Amino acid sequence: MITKIAWKNIWFKPLNTALSIILLTASVAIITLLILLDEQFEKKFNANIDGVDMVLGAQGSPLQLILSSVYQVDAPTGNIDYLEAKTWMHSPMVKSAIPLAFGDNYRGYRIVGTTPEYLTKYGAELKDGKVFDKNFEVVVGSEIAQNLGIKVGDKFFGSHGDAAEGELHEDHAYHVTGIASPTGKVMDNLILCNVPSVWAMHDHEHEGSEGGTTGEQHEHEGHDEAVADIHEHEDHDHETHAEGEEHDHEHEEVAISEEGKEITAVLIQFRGKMGFITWPRLVAQNTKMQAASPAREINRLFTLFGIGLDALQYLAYGIMLISGISIFIALYNTLKERKYEFALLRVNGASRLQLLLLVLIESLLLCITGFIFGTIVGRVALSLISGSSESEFKISFNPLEFVWEKEGYLLGLTIFVGVLAAVIPAVKAYSLNISKTLANA
Amino acid sequence: MISTQNIRFAYGKDAEFNFPDIATLAGQSLLITGGSGRGKTTFLHILGGLLRPQSGQVLIEGTDLATLSEKKLDRFRGINIGLVLQQSYFVSSLNVLENVVLASWLATGKQATDKAKQLLQELDLNEHLHKLPSQLSIGQQQRVSIARALINQPKLLLADEPTSSLDDENAFRVADMLSHLAKQYGSALIIVTHDQRLKDRFPNQISL
Repeated sequence: MITKIAWKNIWFKPLNTALSIILLTASVAIITLLILLDEQFEKKFNANIDGVDMVLGAQGSPLQLILSSVYQVDAPTGNIDYLEAKTWMHSPMVKSAIPLAFGDNYRGYRIVGTTPEYLTKYGAELKDGKVFDKNFEVVVGSEIAQNLGIKVGDKFFGSHGDAAEGELHEDHAYHVTGIASPTGKVMDNLILCNVPSVWAMHDHEHEGSEGGTTGEQHEHEGHDEAVADIHEHEDHDHETHAEGEEHDHEHEEVAISEEGKEITAVLIQFRGKMGFITWPRLVAQNTKMQAASPAREINRLFTLFGIGLDALQYLAYGIMLISGISIFIALYNTLKERKYEFALLRVNGASRLQLLLLVLIESLLLCITGFIFGTIVGRVALSLISGSSESEFKISFNPLEFVWEKEGYLLGLTIFVGVLAAVIPAVKAYSLNISKTLANA
Repeated sequence: MISTQNIRFAYGKDAEFNFPDIATLAGQSLLITGGSGRGKTTFLHILGGLLRPQSGQVLIEGTDLATLSEKKLDRFRGINIGLVLQQSYFVSSLNVLENVVLASWLATGKQATDKAKQLLQELDLNEHLHKLPSQLSIGQQQRVSIARALINQPKLLLADEPTSSLDDENAFRVADMLSHLAKQYGSALIIVTHDQRLKDRFPNQISL
């Protein structure tokens, strides 16, 4: 009954109530969003680093190298000589080394030349079919298969570069031999083939055309192609514009030998700890390549993000403080006109404690309503963000995940704000002198 | 029934009141008159357990109010005492019926909805059950507060200037209803007022 009165009371002043709830909703939504983003972003990023101790690639920005080779979001820094890379790959310190060669895409999804080890590294099994073996055989990531409805046995032509509008390679069709199981990692959005496929595909190419034109063109060291003719802009599928692309252009040989071949990067896993320390310096001194540590680069990235996220978080707590003050003012202001109401409740047999509870419950109802709305709005925002990050970076977030611990704290904080805002009005209601109030009427 | 003995109350040192002893039986009524500043409202609040006297005794149905703790007094007041004030106050977010039902719930923990409807019907408020109190006229509001005061069939019905803000017609109507319903529910009725119109209606009178 007290709760019912409280409920009726807060809706009796709809504007005050709406203001308080909107403020609370805003702050809870921002904090919820941050909690979920923080949790899932880090999880997504770290899941992809698992088992990659070092990335060997062309010189340039180490962060760019990591983003392009581990996360498949940025353009590669350039190409490296396969034979030279091979000597490092066979170093006794190395436990496993997975080469990556980028060249083409199929409707915006990268086709990556690698070894079957790549699948095992990301914990992907084959849902269907078998692993690529011969040239032009490909295994398709689960999400692509689902989005594009690709089945085992399908054939398709790749487009050059990283953008869907790239020039079509019509000489060779890729042949789908397997569909990978979902992993929740970048693997789901890749098409994998063996490295020689990438070489063979481009042996017949004589025009070096840059694939993406709309995306940012990064500086590609070690780029031997002419950034020239831009043709064949099919208007469909503007999926991956963010990346310019890098490809090895082999013009001289038709037969596939490893001599002079290039790849884009190598994912290295070490046996011991020595490699972590020595490789970056050794590689930089002795070769034109660089060795970058994903963990370190991602850490650096998070630190950069962190400043922005922290600022947003402070903003959210600021809004929460304001909403607390708004609830306080609303309760305090109405107290003056409501003191007769309270006196009357006492006359009718209500105890002091019931009045205290009435005020407290009103405040808490506002806070809990705000919290519920905030939680929902935060998740709606996340699913919107997820939609755009999905199409742009192939990273998706799950809005339905609950981070119980942190969101529990947030609920606690919201309730605390509610109680704090209600304390003074509630105590005033509690200590109301009914005789005086009614006599001075 | 209610009786008082040697009640003394003082606001500071200057204003000290010694109230006469009174006794009213169930179904009887008593009019307490007196000019302003004579402590009419103070006396009523003491009778209603809203104010504790410095000395003296208030006995309602054999219970000495002074012996009750604050919480017990709230409870006792809710069950045994109905109060009608000069100006009517309501929980403004609740409608007429809910306001009356609320009084029954606060006192007994039960919601006497049927009884509230019946009472409001007797007071000719049948059409206004679901209106907010603020939508009613002053006379109607006063009748709602009578219904609220009577919902728990109190042993004692106290009225503080119940008619002073009403016109003649409404004043007599309210006075009639008060005395009629107090008899019907077996409550002792005590009215404090300076309203001359009521003096002819209630034979039992004392003056402060």
